[in-house]
Formats: sequence, C-alpha cells, structure tokens
Amino acid sequence: MQTLTQRLANPTRFMELSQWLLPWLSGLAALLLAYGLYLTFFVAPPDYQQGETVKIMFIHVPAAWLAMMGYMVIAVSSFGLLVFRHPLADVSAKAAAPIGAAFTLLALVTGALWGKPMWGAYWVWDARLTSVLILFFLYLGLMALRSALDEDPALAGKLTAVLGLVGVAVLPVIRFSVDWWNTLHQPASVLRVGGPAIHSSILVPLLVMAAGFTLMFFALHLKAMRNEILRRRVRSLTMAEVERAARLEARTAE
Amino acid sequence: MELGPHAAFIWASYGVNALVLGALIAWLVADGRLQQRRLDQLEARGVRRRSSAAQAGPGRRTS
Repeated sequence: MQTLTQRLANPTRFMELSQWLLPWLSGLAALLLAYGLYLTFFVAPPDYQQGETVKIMFIHVPAAWLAMMGYMVIAVSSFGLLVFRHPLADVSAKAAAPIGAAFTLLALVTGALWGKPMWGAYWVWDARLTSVLILFFLYLGLMALRSALDEDPALAGKLTAVLGLVGVAVLPVIRFSVDWWNTLHQPASVLRVGGPAIHSSILVPLLVMAAGFTLMFFALHLKAMRNEILRRRVRSLTMAEVERAARLEARTAE
Repeated sequence: MELGPHAAFIWASYGVNALVLGALIAWLVADGRLQQRRLDQLEARGVRRRSSAAQAGPGRRTS
C-alpha cells in the first residue's frame, strides 16, 4: 500500500489535490485570523505588565513559530530530496524559502516594535534575537544560492538541500537560547514544561492567531508549490519546443 | 478603541504584518497567473506534455 508521500509523488496528482485543498485551507485561515483579530482588539484585556502592547505578541509569537517551522519544512524536504529523491521535495524546499523568510522578517520587525516601548531599544545583540537574525540570513542565503545556479536547477536543488540541512542546527540554538544564555528576551511561556504561563484571556487569542497563521502558512506553501510545478512544466515545454525547432531547422538544412 | 501610549507601535506592527503578508499573497497569485499563461501559450502552439498527449488519445501530436 502506498504512503501519502508516495501517492503525492506524482505532480499531476498533487496539483489536483492541492487545487481542491487550497480554497478550504485559505478560507479556514481567513476565518481563524478574523476571529483572532476580533479577540485581539475587542476581547483580550491589557496585560498587567505590558499593557496594550501585548497585542503585538499575538502576531509576533506566531510569526516567530512559523519562521522556525518554515525552516523545518525546508530541512525535511531537503532530506527527502537527498535521501529519497522524492520528486516534490525540491519543489517544497524552494517554495518554503521566501515564505519562511517573510515570517522571519515579521518576527524581527514586530519584535523590534515591541522592544522599543518595553525594553527601551529596538534591537539588542541578545542570543535569541541574534540567532533569529542568522535564520533570516540563512533563508536569504538559500534563495541566493538557488538563484545563482538558475541555469542548472538539479545542481541548485542538491546544493541548497545540503545547505538547508546544515543550517537546521540553528533551530535548537533559537529554541534554547533563552535557557542556555542570560538573555533579555523572556523564556518560553507557552510551550514549556508545566504548561503555559499565560492567563487564558491572553492565551486563547494568541493560540487562535497562531492557528490562523499556521493554516495561512500551509496555504501559501501549497500555492507556492503549485506555482513552482507550473514553472517547471513551462521550462520543460520551452526546452522541448526549442529542440523541436532545432530538429526542423536541421532537416530543412539537409 | 483605546490602545494606550504605545498605540503607534501596535498599529505599526499590524501594518507591517498586513503589508508583508499582502505582498507575499499578491506575488504568489501574480506568479501563478504568469506561469499558467505561459503554459497556455506553449500548449496553444502545439507543445504538449507527454501525459496530456497520452490522455488526448492516439493520433495527437506529442512533444
């Protein structure tokens, strides 16, 4: 019996399935985000320490989680390409890079906008902030490497997969930076041993926003994968057309 | 809606969020349309994928 990944190995089947799934995923993400924004602006109380600035956390925290998840998608896809040669693994890795970079940028910018009123500074060279900045540069590096090897997509895929797997070492550093070093950034308050340290009136809007962001991430990733499959079809048909024209020209010359 | 003394930081955060994600969505939609248009143009010129040609049945030209 075929596994799900084996069944999805056929790009045509993936296109059919994703075409059906994408509107549902996007709609559900939009609904959750709308509900999350309602909770954020009309229900959630101000935090006893942060005041209304806690509202920034409702987008900062999900963006930071997805910045890391985006890289996990790249790492798993890279593994799938290098070890199993799954036909869609490289498509997935390539598609996830700009989306992960966008969420990392959002985490950095919203963090800076929260830091100024709370810490008195937009930026500090704290282990958590610095490691997330490195993650952002890793995303840019992956995209730059692929772009530089545009003439040879197969080689670009393999080399970015190697870089993607090497770079995954930054994820535990980000996750545990607040435990390993004395950082200004607060320690984990949701995903921690002993349960969340946040009151439910703040936790619920945060989790609803996180769920909406996560579904949006997967919707964007599916769309980007569909685009990449179409781009590869265009490329192969263009090459076929050029070869056909060359054959015709050669026949005419004879 | 009263957002206190740091309202500008809150609105800026949500504004940047909307801008970045809006740009990402717009780019993905535009890119998808561009690739589909290119594919349609190639197929209109008679260049076909092997799977499409096979589905169309025998007698059709394959690329």
